[in-house]
Amino acid sequence: MNRDRINKLLNRIPTHFIIILMILIWVVPTFGLLITSLRPSQSINTSGWWTILSPPRGSSEYGEYCASCHGDDGTAIPEADLTNPALIAEFPRSLQLLNALKAEYDGQPHMQNIPLPEAQAAADIATYLRRISGVDAPPRFTFSNYIDALVGYRGTSTYQRDCAAGTAPLDINCDASDLLNPRGMGRAFLNSLLVTIPATFIPILFAAFAGYAFAWLDFKGRFLLFAILVGLQVVPLQMTLVPISRLYAQLGLNGTFLGVWLFHTGFGMPYAIYLMRNFLGSLPRDLFESAYLDGASHWTAFYRLVVPLAMPAIASLGIFQFLWVWNDLLVALVFLGGTTPVMTYQISNMVTSLGAGWQLLTASAFLSMLLPMIVFFGLQRYFVRGMLAGAVKG
Amino acid sequence: MAARAVPNIMKQGKLAPWLYLLPALLVMGFFIVYPMINTISLSFSNKDGTASAATTCVEGRTCWGIFENYRYALTAEIDSSSVGSFWSSFWRSSYGNTLKWIVLMVSGTVGLGLLFAVLADRVKYEALAKAIIFMPMAVSFVGAGIIWKFVYDFGTQQVQIGLLNAIITGLGFEPVAFLSVPQLNTIALIVVGVWIWTGFCMTILSAAIKSVPDEILEAARVDGATEMTVFWRIMVPIISPTIMVVITTMVINVLKLFDIVYVMTGGNFGTDVIANRMYTEMYVNFNVGRGTAVAVVLVLAIIPFIYFNIKRFLAQEEIR
Repeated sequence: MNRDRINKLLNRIPTHFIIILMILIWVVPTFGLLITSLRPSQSINTSGWWTILSPPRGSSEYGEYCASCHGDDGTAIPEADLTNPALIAEFPRSLQLLNALKAEYDGQPHMQNIPLPEAQAAADIATYLRRISGVDAPPRFTFSNYIDALVGYRGTSTYQRDCAAGTAPLDINCDASDLLNPRGMGRAFLNSLLVTIPATFIPILFAAFAGYAFAWLDFKGRFLLFAILVGLQVVPLQMTLVPISRLYAQLGLNGTFLGVWLFHTGFGMPYAIYLMRNFLGSLPRDLFESAYLDGASHWTAFYRLVVPLAMPAIASLGIFQFLWVWNDLLVALVFLGGTTPVMTYQISNMVTSLGAGWQLLTASAFLSMLLPMIVFFGLQRYFVRGMLAGAVKG
Repeated sequence: MAARAVPNIMKQGKLAPWLYLLPALLVMGFFIVYPMINTISLSFSNKDGTASAATTCVEGRTCWGIFENYRYALTAEIDSSSVGSFWSSFWRSSYGNTLKWIVLMVSGTVGLGLLFAVLADRVKYEALAKAIIFMPMAVSFVGAGIIWKFVYDFGTQQVQIGLLNAIITGLGFEPVAFLSVPQLNTIALIVVGVWIWTGFCMTILSAAIKSVPDEILEAARVDGATEMTVFWRIMVPIISPTIMVVITTMVINVLKLFDIVYVMTGGNFGTDVIANRMYTEMYVNFNVGRGTAVAVVLVLAIIPFIYFNIKRFLAQEEIR
């Protein structure tokens, strides 16, 4: 009996191994992004995010070249206290440090019998000395990337430091109004919300009407019309962009929320109606018959019976449409562009034209994922259900 | 007709159903049907849609007359001076790349999705494992693009802050510029696509696997079939309709895919695909005729799937 169980366990090992390997491949890149977004920019560009828990840069070089005389904490020689910021400020770069190391002190070579460090090692030591002396001691973790991303700060320092020193760029006011800076993710977050909420709500409303008609009302061409609708589900967005953007240009709808809401409504419709009709069609017929027998009109049946019963389908559809619109880039790029930037646009713009640093990109990317992740993990059940009901979406 | 009849008692006035349909039909007509027709007619026009495409012909060069934009869309990237140059330019063109995307991404997502669905079915932490694989579906392509751009990062100096190059240099090899080496970069982008869409395939296939009756599988196991045989001879044939649906859905998704390429390479270094090329022609080069012609080519590639979709729908209605 026991042997059987051990055997069974052994047989399972490859299964667990593959699953865990795949989970790691799925989790690690995202985790790396999160960690990176929380690191100060100097650290991001000089070491990988996986070194976050290892000793700071230069500490091993310090141990090799300096610790024997200066001590582990740099205070062993009182005349040359390495934790004294005034002393360390004399060596802003590795060149000055190397010169000091080559110089003689009290007639003795500085390094005595230890060889001179290479240029790279000297630079690392200089960084380390700046850290222990407090001249430049970047924290391990910081939220400043998120602040910089939210307010659209593009300078070389950080928003908080620049504002404190009064050297902020011209488009930064150093007050709450910065959250609405058109270059920032704060403004983009607001725009994304303003685009997504109506562009989720309107299609659901229209689809509930149409789905009800397709499922429970009788009219000529019902089946044919629905078959066409099924075909329309896979029409690519690209096919309709050009005429609509030309038309919008004439109507003055380019760059307006209304234009995007309507476009997403039109494009979300075939799938939404398909889902609604299939869900409503699966409700028991007796329900409707008795409602009508009791003298309900089709309108009463719709809003007293259909809408409450369709809540699960509405939830699935809502999540689907929400994620679709929130994550969309193409429509936002074409119809909104830089005048009303949404989050996806803002990030792609940072990549393609501004070449923003990793500290901004990672923080911005994470900000844009925050809401979808919450929606997803909170309402995963409905999301999966909606996907299983009809797998295709334009 | 397969549609279920509406109970007599519920018959309403002739107008009522159309009132319910009106908003939906209006927006669909305006945003899908009308633009489709307009796109087709614009594809036969010149740069700004004011005259026929035939007017853009240049004296002494090959010209397809009114189909000039299609000549451009289909042949501009292709060097047909010899058979060798034809193929080498084809594999670097947006068509060759789209083909690579279809083959590799569809087999990758469906294969990995099926593998994971089958394996996760046997472990206790199935729900958590599936949620993790599914998670990228909630994230935008742009976000996923940034995640992977960072993984692929290529440092020109000693330090590699990209995970992959750190591993490669850690093993003693030279770092690789994943996103700018031709051919390799397309593969690197496809990996991102697979990473995003595997969860989708996995979820649908997992539901299909769970609906396979346990008695059949048990019976085969009792008869001495190995797990492999059970999988290939029993499971796969039973869920093959679902596999077909997932494959067609993925092909359509891949054909329309734009964001990953746009964010990660902008279609440069030989990574262009049809959907990104359409965007470039229309909104970077501002050529209405050429942009729409590329869009029509894209739709022509999708038409078989529209047919397939309707066929499947009709079959489903028969069953009801």
